[in-house]
Amino acid sequence: MQKHWSDILGPALTQHIELTLIAVAIGFAIAFTMALLGFRFRVLDVPFGVVGDVLYALPSLTLFEVLIPITGLTWTTIEIPLVSYTLFVLYRNTIAGLRGVPADVLESARGMGLTRLQTFFKVELPLAVPAIVAGLRIATVSTIAIATIGGYLLADAGIGKPIFDALEAPDIFKTELVASSLLVIALALVADALLAVAQRALTPWGRAR
Amino acid sequence: MAGQAAELVFDAATKKYTGRGAAAVDELSLTVPAGEICVLVGPSGGGKTTALKLVNRLIPLTSGDIRIDGKSINALDVTELRRGIGYVIQQVGLFPHYTVEGNIGVVPRLYGEPRPWIKQRSAELLELVGLDQSYAKRFPAQLSGGERQRVGLARALAANPPLMLMDEPFGAIDPIVRSRLQDEFLRLQGELRKTVVFVTHDVDEAIKLGDRIAILREGGRLAQYGTPEEILAKPADKFVADFVGLDDGAIARLRLRAEVPR
Repeated sequence: MQKHWSDILGPALTQHIELTLIAVAIGFAIAFTMALLGFRFRVLDVPFGVVGDVLYALPSLTLFEVLIPITGLTWTTIEIPLVSYTLFVLYRNTIAGLRGVPADVLESARGMGLTRLQTFFKVELPLAVPAIVAGLRIATVSTIAIATIGGYLLADAGIGKPIFDALEAPDIFKTELVASSLLVIALALVADALLAVAQRALTPWGRAR
Repeated sequence: MAGQAAELVFDAATKKYTGRGAAAVDELSLTVPAGEICVLVGPSGGGKTTALKLVNRLIPLTSGDIRIDGKSINALDVTELRRGIGYVIQQVGLFPHYTVEGNIGVVPRLYGEPRPWIKQRSAELLELVGLDQSYAKRFPAQLSGGERQRVGLARALAANPPLMLMDEPFGAIDPIVRSRLQDEFLRLQGELRKTVVFVTHDVDEAIKLGDRIAILREGGRLAQYGTPEEILAKPADKFVADFVGLDDGAIARLRLRAEVPR
């Protein structure tokens, strides 16, 4: 059991975390930029939303087929679908958060003499944080789950490989399957809990009632 | 940051929206002497809120001018202009993510005042608006409607502006608290002597609070401008007479006014 962990599941867990962090970080960078643009220029909102929807609906296996000739059997091939899946929820949540700022707060900010930029950084962005973090939670948990697909392609790319190996064994290796699956679930729960703590820390006003 | 109350002049101020027939504000001309409360009152659609928002350029003028201490509002940088005017609205619009102290300190912070100064100023203002010092670290969500509006008032006064614009500030408050807030506001004004433009649709509030009252009729035209006594004694026309309810309760209203120390 000890050997099994240090040989297979331990490294797989580390890889899985890495895969997830990279995907969510890049996805957030792209989605946040899109959201800023869609917020500032309303006309972009619908097209951007559609892009996110389409990317989300695209089956990952199809994407792999298309990508492998270009990016080969590498982490990049796995990361591209993972990133594109996060865009849908991160874009919509970020822009909903920015739009959700109450009108009277914006009016008083403007009337007091805050510039457009000051209103954005001091008022709109901080008040959008709860929605943004909620989006990050969803994106992170779903990325952890979807990242198992990496195991279809590659070894040493997360917990996917142990799961697929267990499924393809001559008679399905139940212990292995259960262990690997539980690990993925545990990872997802821990990530969600950590982000929930971060959310509470970032919104001290939310706790006051 | 300013000090002395400013004189406010509307000079044929007009706001027309393209495509709409009547003007929202039609050639409004009046002078609010420094240190006085001018109440804009009238029926809905009379343009009183529009007229108010013309002053801090939340709504741009179509024609005419508005001058503060002789300087046209269009001659000033709009951000500087707004920071020098205390703005209070009905829903208050406190920043939910700032404490009471943080909210009060918004404009001083824009002026670069250091934190200790803001703490001190915030404490002063809390006392002025009748709130205990323990309120300083609370968040708006923890306050009642009346408490929020007191904070809104404190916030508007923080940078000691020469002019205050108040848009139905007590409209969302229950009548008992509202009456108390009105009395306290008058007491405050007795100490501070700011120039205030106050919008309300409530004639009683107008008579109680105003040093002068401007009655705007539909189409944003000035029906009459004068002290409450003048308006009640010599209404300009039937519209004004009906609006102030001359037939019912005018004398009672005058008495209400006399009872409040000014």
